Amino acid sequence: MLRRRLGVAATGAVLALAVAACGGGSGSSTPSSSGGAAAGSDSKAEFNAALTQVVNPSDKKGGILKFANGGDWDSLDPGDTYYGYSWNFIRLYGRSLLMFKSAVGKEGNQLVPDLAEDMGTPSDDAKTWTYKLKKGIKFEDGTPVTSKDVKYAVERSFDKEVFPDGYTYFNDFLDWPKGYKGAYKSKDVNTDSAIETPDDYTIVFHLKQPLSNFDYFAQLPATIPVPKDKDTGAKYKEHIISTGPYKFEKNEIGKGFTLVRNDKWDPATDPNRKALPDGYEVSTNVNADDIDNRIIAGDLDVDVAGIGAQPAALGRLLSDPAMKANTDNPTSTRLWYTSINGNVPPLDNIECRKAVEYAADKVALQTAWGGEFSGGQIATSMLPPAIPGHEDFNLYPPGADNKGDLAKAKEALAACGQPNGFETNISYRAERPKEKAAAEALQQSLGRVGIKLTLKPFPQADYFALYAGKPGYAKENKIGLAQNGWMSDWPDGFGFLQQIVDSRVIRDTGGSSNISVRDPEVDKLIDQAMKETDTNARNALWTQIDKKVMEGAYVLPNVWTKTLLVRSKNATNIFVNEAYGMYDYLGMGVK
Amino acid sequence: MTAPMDVTGGDTQATPEAVVDASGGKAIQGRSLGQIAWMRLKRDKVALAGGLIVILLILIAVFAPVIVGAFGQDPTQFNSDLIDSSTMAPKTGTGISAEHLFGLEPVNGRDIFSRVVYGARISLLIAFLATLLSVVIGTLLGVTAGYFGGLVDSIISKTMDVFLAFPILVFAIALAGIVPDSAFGLTGDTLRVSLLVFIIGFFNWPYIGRIIRGQTLSLREREFVDAARSLGARGPYIIFRELLPNLVAPILVYATLLIPTNVLFEAALSFLGVGVRPPTPTWGGMLSDAVRFYTIPHFMFFPGMAIFITVLAFNLFGDGLRDALDPKAR
Repeated sequence: MLRRRLGVAATGAVLALAVAACGGGSGSSTPSSSGGAAAGSDSKAEFNAALTQVVNPSDKKGGILKFANGGDWDSLDPGDTYYGYSWNFIRLYGRSLLMFKSAVGKEGNQLVPDLAEDMGTPSDDAKTWTYKLKKGIKFEDGTPVTSKDVKYAVERSFDKEVFPDGYTYFNDFLDWPKGYKGAYKSKDVNTDSAIETPDDYTIVFHLKQPLSNFDYFAQLPATIPVPKDKDTGAKYKEHIISTGPYKFEKNEIGKGFTLVRNDKWDPATDPNRKALPDGYEVSTNVNADDIDNRIIAGDLDVDVAGIGAQPAALGRLLSDPAMKANTDNPTSTRLWYTSINGNVPPLDNIECRKAVEYAADKVALQTAWGGEFSGGQIATSMLPPAIPGHEDFNLYPPGADNKGDLAKAKEALAACGQPNGFETNISYRAERPKEKAAAEALQQSLGRVGIKLTLKPFPQADYFALYAGKPGYAKENKIGLAQNGWMSDWPDGFGFLQQIVDSRVIRDTGGSSNISVRDPEVDKLIDQAMKETDTNARNALWTQIDKKVMEGAYVLPNVWTKTLLVRSKNATNIFVNEAYGMYDYLGMGVK
Repeated sequence: MTAPMDVTGGDTQATPEAVVDASGGKAIQGRSLGQIAWMRLKRDKVALAGGLIVILLILIAVFAPVIVGAFGQDPTQFNSDLIDSSTMAPKTGTGISAEHLFGLEPVNGRDIFSRVVYGARISLLIAFLATLLSVVIGTLLGVTAGYFGGLVDSIISKTMDVFLAFPILVFAIALAGIVPDSAFGLTGDTLRVSLLVFIIGFFNWPYIGRIIRGQTLSLREREFVDAARSLGARGPYIIFRELLPNLVAPILVYATLLIPTNVLFEAALSFLGVGVRPPTPTWGGMLSDAVRFYTIPHFMFFPGMAIFITVLAFNLFGDGLRDALDPKAR
């Protein structure tokens, strides 16, 4: 639900299969692709090969994998990290209750038990969720992991003053005692109303409201156990007590760190991790162009941030067929879109909103966002292809060439009573050149039917709080269109849609990411979906919500983002995990 | 810069210091300050070249629609067909062709030549108007402070100190951010241009104000001012009839040197996104867009060169003008 994660989930050309892909849940019978056994997969490298198969499959142990990060981690602390790449990487040194399977493509969207013996058991109308922990799991110092360590980890992550980077799912949904301030400030408060630990291997979560998809909460890094006596609060990130197959050897915040094998990790308790390399060398704050060049040259294995090749390397990679064959182009669960604010006349008339949908030149928008490979796939609805519940539909086909259907747009304008078009403003975040380019592309394409847009940049820090996201300001200043973007924290309709289509999140004081969708029927459907514990039925509801929002023309989808990832020359088991939209860091080994 | 005497003595026009022309026997001619300055300027080829470029730039700005129209390109017209949608770069690398002299912008394929030409309008318009504003305020307050002295002088001088210590850039960003789309009866580009002129011009007057004050302080002690005063002339008369004509030289010089500073300041503001709103082309705005595409260098090159040439031309001309008008070099 945040806007910060850098990358998530992928699908290539196989989108057509996406409908109802979530199918069997954990009981799915698809063969495990995490083994090198994937027979017949000749390792001839092809463009996008790692989207659907394991490239260079191997079970060889040993070697060191080299990672680099263009910036720095928000935090290595499991209670304080909020980037997709970090959640992908953290599985190397931390074990949460559940985790995303280390598998190719869609299979990676599947949740599997990690610390827990099985998936959560809901009771009390999905307001209570119980997990049983495996026995024999130890911290790197040999102390056994108990449910109290998990409870403590969640309690400490509550404190957003100590851990400002994290999410607030547990804060918002668990039934905490009144005035609770987290493990540090409310030390002796009894929190059994929120989390109970009846014995050392059972943990029970109590929610304020029914939540059918709590299992996604249980995979969050905040459930990675933290030993209370070793916790140093904000400084814990300097030495994290590992539960996974690797532990920290050296950690210099701002420069990098190394991971070595953790001999207290017992593979018998862990069917999900193969732990092939002997260790990892990670450098941070490395120049992004340098990272690309070193991966192409083979000095470096992975750009850990997973944001794909920079513009400088892009042309080179795409123009050389041999180089292109060694890249993958996953689609993420991020949608860039334009909110069409029905509060601003004449956009209060649905026909005028439809005119915007028809007149937009989707190709120009795609180019503005970075083109076909590093920009994204032209979006026709809200739910990205990688999210279960996505269905391919296009209510406002923008002509055969995707450059807009001007005849339909003019019809809609006439029906709206504005046959010659109208004037309104489009806002975007001043710091974001791609949003500016998209706004300019819309200005140009809507201008063809007489819809005159004036560009209004606002600082991104206050974009939602004071400007485009503040209903009063937007109405007074006639911000009819607003550039917007969203990425889900996990591949699920709730995680993606709830914050951006539920009209009840819009507050007069501003700050909500939903700027334009105000439809009581959509709200009703969301309530229904949050109560539905059957996965298939729930996904069908999210499909319906997506369609309702598009029918109301409250949103002009621009693109679902894509990134161009470069495969390492030295690594084995390279594949894209759809849950993260980048290479899976758990499966990789060294040649 | 004292000009060497023309030892051949052939052309009297080229030797302004030759007060007596021994060979000709013509009457001795007195030369005005303007004539002498012009002669000195004519001999400073570098300054002349700067001046020519300045004139050329002004012509380009004034006749931008004609120039751009001759090539049939509109500065805001997208040419998406000529852009490679996978790399966002123009299909031919730069897009430079007979129609697009300076090539195309990446992403949307707008014609860089017409945008640079139109950019000259905004840059020069803002720079000239802002300079005019600074000069008017600076001269009036500088002369007043210098001539009257005392309390008036201290108030004006302290105000100058306050203005000089003011963080203009921060203020400019804040002000340009909060002013709505229509204010003071103006809208759109007109409002943005007026706003920039105000910000740049209003906060730059103390520089010129201080120089004028200093010049006035020394001028008011001169005999012709004393003479005027003893004949009963009052303050305003002395300021406008006696002092200002003698201040024209420094005003002209510093105005010329202030223009390139203002061109740069406008570019900086546009670069930071607080200038004129897109899609109106400005050089600073183009540079700001181009930073993201440093692998497509022609995008940065042309607006960058435009700023460079403009600033250099004004500076060279301004320096030459100062040398020509400087009484100490006479």
